[in-house]
Amino acid sequence: MSTLPADLKYTPSHEWVRLNEDGTVTVGITDHAQKQLGDLVFVEAPPPETQVTAGEACAVVESVKAASDIYAPLSGKIVESNLALVETPEAINKDAFGEGWLFRLAPVDATALETLMDADAYQTHAHDDG
Amino acid sequence: MPFIPHTEDDIREMLAAASVERIEQLFDEIPNELRCGPLGEVPEGLTEMEVARLMNEVAARDGAPLNFIGAGAYEHHIPAAVWQLATRGEFYTSYTPYQAEASQGTLQLTYEYQSMMTALTGMDVANASLYDGASALAEAVLMAMRVSRKPKGLPKRVLMPASVHPAYRATVRSIVRHQGVELLELPYDKTSGRTEPAVLETYAHLQANALVIPQPNFFGVLEEMDELTAWAQAHGVLTIAVVNPVSLALIKPPGAWGGGQGADIVVGEGQPLGAPLSSGGPYCGFMCTRRAHVRHMPGRIVGRTVDADGNPGFVLTLQAREQHIRRAKATSNICTNQGLLVTAATIHLALLGGQGLERVAASCYANAHALADALSQVEGVACAFDGDYFHESVLRLPRPAQPVLDALAEQNILGGYALGADYPELKDCVLVCATETKTTRDIEHYAQTLARVLQ
Repeated sequence: MSTLPADLKYTPSHEWVRLNEDGTVTVGITDHAQKQLGDLVFVEAPPPETQVTAGEACAVVESVKAASDIYAPLSGKIVESNLALVETPEAINKDAFGEGWLFRLAPVDATALETLMDADAYQTHAHDDG
Repeated sequence: MPFIPHTEDDIREMLAAASVERIEQLFDEIPNELRCGPLGEVPEGLTEMEVARLMNEVAARDGAPLNFIGAGAYEHHIPAAVWQLATRGEFYTSYTPYQAEASQGTLQLTYEYQSMMTALTGMDVANASLYDGASALAEAVLMAMRVSRKPKGLPKRVLMPASVHPAYRATVRSIVRHQGVELLELPYDKTSGRTEPAVLETYAHLQANALVIPQPNFFGVLEEMDELTAWAQAHGVLTIAVVNPVSLALIKPPGAWGGGQGADIVVGEGQPLGAPLSSGGPYCGFMCTRRAHVRHMPGRIVGRTVDADGNPGFVLTLQAREQHIRRAKATSNICTNQGLLVTAATIHLALLGGQGLERVAASCYANAHALADALSQVEGVACAFDGDYFHESVLRLPRPAQPVLDALAEQNILGGYALGADYPELKDCVLVCATETKTTRDIEHYAQTLARVLQ
């Protein structure tokens, strides 16, 4: 039973979103997602300045058995991507909600965050997913 | 005699397990209107003896003419050991090495092939081969679109010189036509036979994703690869080099083009490395690229690693790019390679070695020039272009080329490739090739026969 941080928002496609003090949001994939993917070997995160649209694929995480698209939870502009993942993609497996963060973006409309799932809703969704 | 291992008893047992009485019942769910019915045009089966006779009769029509045609497939001497080894059962019948533990031989050979191709081209990584040079170029164009990754909505454009092989251009057109990629044709210079770098400036504003550079080009002429590559690099345009593998033993490899930074993607036809002409195939395409682009490269890649006990071994790697994992978002729909041709190419290169390949290339260069010199002595015949060339060149005849070639064929000489069908402005021109297989006597014989035919 993985502990799901209550202060984060979640998407149906297993991304988590953290609102930062400066108004940007940090995005990663959930512990449930990393377990399903297996050992991660490569991460392709969008470079800073990239414009992303909510619901569209903007990054790729690759494990030994699968390559998965990561979907932008909100529309906006990429501010930073986690360069440490180039050398140690396994950080996503070890600490999906912390060290394994993928990128930070400046959302066009921060209120869109309210439309995302909270921890309980995601817990049900992930459980149904199997 | 069908080569099917099931006995009548086996079949009965399987049908019973599937709860049917006849095999046909397993296809009951296919609606009648989708069934093809009897195949009327397919003739009755022949015995092995009859098929062998048929094949011999058809093959005899090839004859044994003196061959001066290049145009994308080149006659080279293949040491006898190449096919003696390549037709060994272990190589000849082996399948795609999905199970590394059962395929170390195949995987090692493919790894050696990849290593040789990167050494030859001066690039970082190579794949396990593609179908042929033409489709390899199409794959390179699609790969360049992935690598250049322009924001959505911006047009995808590729600068494609007219001096690239016409069949390659047609193949690329077919494959990329419905992928929203626009091919912009760059004219060749009528005097030099090259793509003059100055021409590129008129296309600068179109912000193309990639520039294709053939070396040598379809006319055998050597392009200004450094200038073309430098222009592309200065304008943020990716370079796709289309090269002849034998020529790379003599001329600068694409990994060193443009002041050292090199081309981004390299493709070409591997047939000259150990594959006979075989009336057009099978051949094999090679592809190499930079380390940074490897995840966008299609095709199989063999990697070297260690097993659980720390022993060295080989595996298929980076498979997450391929369609059995990535499906619709895979780098390509290709899920195979030209294993047998790769085997031949690897043995061929191992037998020749670097020095041997250099000698072959030097001989091709010399013979092509000797041929052009001898033929242009014939009254009315002249070299069409003044650019330097590798193993073939374009000659202008005083008459339309095809009838002249027909007359030469009657004298058992395949004089060359008539260019008129692909380049209407060159309908009196023929592309003539002389590899290391041609002797001085062969060249003299051609020149004398041509003089007679043109009288």
